[in-house]
Amino acid sequence: MTQSNTSMTRTRNTGKKEQAPVYSKAERKTRNAHLRGRFGLVLYLVLLLLPIYWLINMSFKTNTEILSGLSFFPEDFTLANYAKIFGDPTWYMGYVNSIFYVSMNMVISLLVALPAAYAFSRYKFIGDKHMFFWLLSNRMAPPAVFLLPFFQLYSSVGLFDTHIAVALAHCIFTVPLAVWILEGFMSGVPREIDETAYIDGYSFPKFFVRIFIPLIRSGIGVTAFFCFMFSWVELLLARTLTSVDAKPIAAIMTRTVSASGMDWGLLAAAGVLTILPGMLVIYFVRNHVAKGFALGRV
Amino acid sequence: MQTKVENNKAWFLVLPVFLIVAFSAIIPLMTVVNYSVQDIFDPYTRYFVGTEWFKQVMLDSRLQEALLRQFIYSFTIIIIEVPLGICVALMMPTKGRGASLALILVAIPLLIPWNVVGTIWQIFGRADIGLFGAFMSSIGVDYNYASDPTDAWLTVVLMDVWHWTPLVALLCYSGLRAIPEVYYQAARIDQASRWAVFRYIQLPKLTNVLIIGVLLRFMDSFMIYTEPFVLTGGGPGSSTTFLSQALVQQAIGQFDLGPAAAFSLVYFLIILLVCWVFYTTIMNMQKDK
Repeated sequence: MTQSNTSMTRTRNTGKKEQAPVYSKAERKTRNAHLRGRFGLVLYLVLLLLPIYWLINMSFKTNTEILSGLSFFPEDFTLANYAKIFGDPTWYMGYVNSIFYVSMNMVISLLVALPAAYAFSRYKFIGDKHMFFWLLSNRMAPPAVFLLPFFQLYSSVGLFDTHIAVALAHCIFTVPLAVWILEGFMSGVPREIDETAYIDGYSFPKFFVRIFIPLIRSGIGVTAFFCFMFSWVELLLARTLTSVDAKPIAAIMTRTVSASGMDWGLLAAAGVLTILPGMLVIYFVRNHVAKGFALGRV
Repeated sequence: MQTKVENNKAWFLVLPVFLIVAFSAIIPLMTVVNYSVQDIFDPYTRYFVGTEWFKQVMLDSRLQEALLRQFIYSFTIIIIEVPLGICVALMMPTKGRGASLALILVAIPLLIPWNVVGTIWQIFGRADIGLFGAFMSSIGVDYNYASDPTDAWLTVVLMDVWHWTPLVALLCYSGLRAIPEVYYQAARIDQASRWAVFRYIQLPKLTNVLIIGVLLRFMDSFMIYTEPFVLTGGGPGSSTTFLSQALVQQAIGQFDLGPAAAFSLVYFLIILLVCWVFYTTIMNMQKDK
């Protein structure tokens, strides 16, 4: 809005530059503030990206180069670290596992959260407020609290070390969030649309799928993004509930610590690869994510 | 707000959510409650001990220290992240390519798995292979997060600021975008200063998102586990051992199920209490509108 600010002042000033020196001073002031803002933002982004750049930089170096000194560019550029990851199923299956349970979680969360969010946004029913708070309170439960009971629960129902176990466990925080965000988006859709559709003879399921869901497309995209985000970054539960078959990449990464010292290059390469899916996903929802970050509630 | 229709059949729509969350929430929670009142030697030998563990946990000096550390930590990061996040949001462009680009770049840290965040800072902060560590020692600061408690503490705070300021920034950014252009035009006609625009137009509009931001930051920082675990392992000593980590040490490290369960419940109740206060505030504010 600083941008439009400046342009507005400028267009108004062109006509009467001589008569109103106050304006041009104000204009200079806004432009200075504008430049300062840009400079500050660039500075912030540089500081923000520096640690990530360092990781990327390191992933293209050999271990000898990493340990021999600091440099901003890899002198001895190598893809060996990445080749190692993509050549070893115990490594790359970690990515497959992670993506698999994250997608499952996304689908489950959306399927159950859509009708529930509709109910919360449209109807009053017994215990609705308590239910809503109870759902949110699960988002507040520290995973460390549930670690052991989760392990016992999923072992006893025979789901230990399966993708669905992790997906279900992550539902505990993605579902409440999904309901919360979707409820915000749905409340923005006028009730009259529902009523008109019912008068036109739509049944509830038909109305919901054909009319309502297309209306909150962007909300669904944003919700999926948030489910992805929180499921992808979580490690504690995912690690506890898996051992071999569904082990997430984030847990496999810890392998580099053992052996003879630390394989820094490999660790960096594995880290870089965990950042990529997130960047891809945010690229798709970039235009709606601003609204989503306010949880549809601005 | 729109008036809602009273309809108890809506429960059928909520039922799937209820079932799926209940499976993963109520059963484990009841298990924890069950443990917290029993002394367990093995699956077949257990005694009912009542509130014994709760008393022990409340008086445990290690846990009290962890709790204090946790509060100081959460408070520190919120104090830093909220103003910084507002500043970043104010500086972000609103239109064109630059807006999308800035949005994506700012959001990156939020999408990195938490242990990778720990790894990034573990590497970045080391004096021999990391840029930050090398920079600190080149300007003559004896910096080592692995052995000095103050440095470890600062690194964990810095890491959290790096990791989570984007969340506050993006929340504020979306709040700012929702302000109609006419407000700014009116301010220009009144020749309002930049500060006045911020204080009387932008800040009031941001209150809602800021409460959500502080709520999320409080909850998440109060549950923080993975990042400090990877970075410092809770050390040196116990200078960066926060509540979650103290809990995991007790439950899995020493296998003290009873006290750990009692501790879990107290921990959960603290978060719940603070969040309930926040939630009621948000709801009341929305009602006022």
